[in-house]
Amino acid sequence: MSSKADILSSLRKDILSLQGCRSPLYAHEMDVKLGPVASAFPNATFPTSAVHEFICSGHETKAATCGFIGAILSSLVKNNRACIWISRQRNIFPPALQAFGIEPQQVIFIQPLKEKDLLWTMEEALRCDALSAVVCEAREISFIASRRLQLAVEESHVTGFIIRQDPRNLATACDARWKISSLAGEVEEGLPGVGYPRWQIELLKVRNGKPGNWEATWKQGRFLFEQNTIRLLPKEKKKAG
Amino acid sequence: MSKRFVSIWFPYLETDWHLLRSPQERDQPFVVSAPSHGKMIIVAVNAIAHRQGITAGMSLADARAIFPGLQVTGHVPGLALKLLKKIAAWCIRFTPVVGIDGQSGILLDASGCAHLWGGEENYVREISRRFLEKGFGIRIAMADTIGTAWAITHYGENGMIAARGRSAEALMALPPEGLRLEAETISLLHKLGLQQIGRFLHMPASTLRRRFGQLLIKRLQQALGKEEENIIPLLPIPPCLERLNCLEPIKTAKGIEIALETLLNTVCRRLQSEQKGLRAARFICYRVDGGSQQLEIATSHPSHHVLHIQKLFSDKLASIEPKEGIELFVLEAPLLEDHAPAQETIWETAGHDRHRLSELIDRIAGRIGESGVQRFIPAEHYWPERSYQASKTLYEEIKTGWRKEKPRPVQLLDRPEPVEVTAPIPDYPPMLFRYKGKLHKVVKADGPERIEQEWWLQQGRHRDYYAVEDEEGQRYWLFRSGHYGNDQRWYVHGFFA
Repeated sequence: MSSKADILSSLRKDILSLQGCRSPLYAHEMDVKLGPVASAFPNATFPTSAVHEFICSGHETKAATCGFIGAILSSLVKNNRACIWISRQRNIFPPALQAFGIEPQQVIFIQPLKEKDLLWTMEEALRCDALSAVVCEAREISFIASRRLQLAVEESHVTGFIIRQDPRNLATACDARWKISSLAGEVEEGLPGVGYPRWQIELLKVRNGKPGNWEATWKQGRFLFEQNTIRLLPKEKKKAG
Repeated sequence: MSKRFVSIWFPYLETDWHLLRSPQERDQPFVVSAPSHGKMIIVAVNAIAHRQGITAGMSLADARAIFPGLQVTGHVPGLALKLLKKIAAWCIRFTPVVGIDGQSGILLDASGCAHLWGGEENYVREISRRFLEKGFGIRIAMADTIGTAWAITHYGENGMIAARGRSAEALMALPPEGLRLEAETISLLHKLGLQQIGRFLHMPASTLRRRFGQLLIKRLQQALGKEEENIIPLLPIPPCLERLNCLEPIKTAKGIEIALETLLNTVCRRLQSEQKGLRAARFICYRVDGGSQQLEIATSHPSHHVLHIQKLFSDKLASIEPKEGIELFVLEAPLLEDHAPAQETIWETAGHDRHRLSELIDRIAGRIGESGVQRFIPAEHYWPERSYQASKTLYEEIKTGWRKEKPRPVQLLDRPEPVEVTAPIPDYPPMLFRYKGKLHKVVKADGPERIEQEWWLQQGRHRDYYAVEDEEGQRYWLFRSGHYGNDQRWYVHGFFA
């Protein structure tokens, strides 16, 4: 039986390489501890040299998204490499990034005045391999622009994140599309307070992977995934299939 | 190397300028007049009027009596200085150090410049020729000191070059007026029969001082080079400057690119040998028609990397308009910093990363402006808006740590937005609040955390912060401004992840 499973997994890997999905280069260095979520990606590793797209609406979900990205960044920001956060309006409160394991002084905030400079800056930054990650808050991105980002990332192995608030165009070349929303925190009976951040993590689209849906709590610098979470296949997958 | 100065005097500066604008009056006596004490006084005259015996300071009526067909125009206040400034800026092609001398002359520090024009004679001749072409009559002289050069231009032979170390000889035959003295001293010297500088040049200093004052001694010493005198340069001299004169005016984009590359190569080689790097650079193009255009870049980290600096300029090169052509390119580095050469390593290191990162930041800052790039370090304040500050440099180390004891929202509004709340119990978190038209029921809450105004910075009400969670699990950072009471106001300030 085990030989059969081995053959299957090696065949799957072959298919992935034929599809142009290379095995991540520095995967061992930058291990993003995403627990069960990682299994949704090809090779069961969080793709670091890729562009991830986050969909959000309103301040509340944006805050949840920023928190989740921060949590991922904390495992990417190694070797004291800086990361860049690009946005037209800077609403990030730097001291709060600490809670997600990032030293706020490691983040360089870039605030272009013009909309068109957002993606230019992002592409330029993604080409620079002295960075660990680039986050950009851009509402709209065309397919061609997202493809350009993808090409930049494949060369430099920098991880890109795009936060898109109420986007119209969903046809992009990004590797994964996420949606993060906040869930009520869990507090022990009788104790005051709001508890640790808890999120619903929806992976709407993954290239060469399986989308899914998880619930996790960010506690003391790592994700705690709920045991009873059922992985749900979103509707989009069915349509695509 | 001994210094060499060129003094240029424009005897007819203002009239020359007026005549350039109305050339039909060129062959006629022409004066500029201004009202003074109820009558018109001549301020400036041209060469022909001067030959007729009309001088500045004469009243216009007298001058008209001498020559009835006199052409007159009104005086423009401040014109002479404005013209001199423009001329001095234009003279930057002959030497980097140009100063303005009084109301009608400029001074050039020509030390080490003349050989570029093939000797001092050619240098002086070239300057005279260019001014004549432009339509300005000048008197020019070159000497070891400012004093001697000035004396020769005003009272000596035009175009004379006093040889090195021969200042005293050049001064001998000149009148004492050439020493830039007060009128009283000059008339006293004339009264005593000292009509030429040579007559008293070798008199003992103590004798001269007793009779004519300290200024005469000072001027003599300055003219002879025993006391230092320097030009106050019109433009501050950058610590690093390279020039590229073109034989033919450059008009093409490729030509400008090559000029920039050549200059950068020279500058960067020099910086490298001095172990310095530039933080700012200016590329100036002087056009044939007298105009100039400049591009500026800045770097976040001292750099002498040709390709990088070229890349920073390349985005802006397209904005240069060569018009009739560019005859001189100048590259200045106004700001230099020590830059130790990077250790060549096979393995990539943090230092290498830093280098590439600052190059990236330079490119971005060049496009979106420097104020758009920020990095934050903690500030010692409790007030949330003041709890962090922009760091001055890309690698500034933090001195105090970030506060960790209280949770802070990841999204903070620029200015708190008012919300309507239902808070029935004093100092308890609200039960309900309405934000942007939507009613949120508070399920869980944490607080209050009171943050007082820092009275030494700002007066106002304190804030009582609550972290609240609504039934959808979304978390808000609310605060009540001031004490619980009738005039309490509630705001939402941030959103927790």
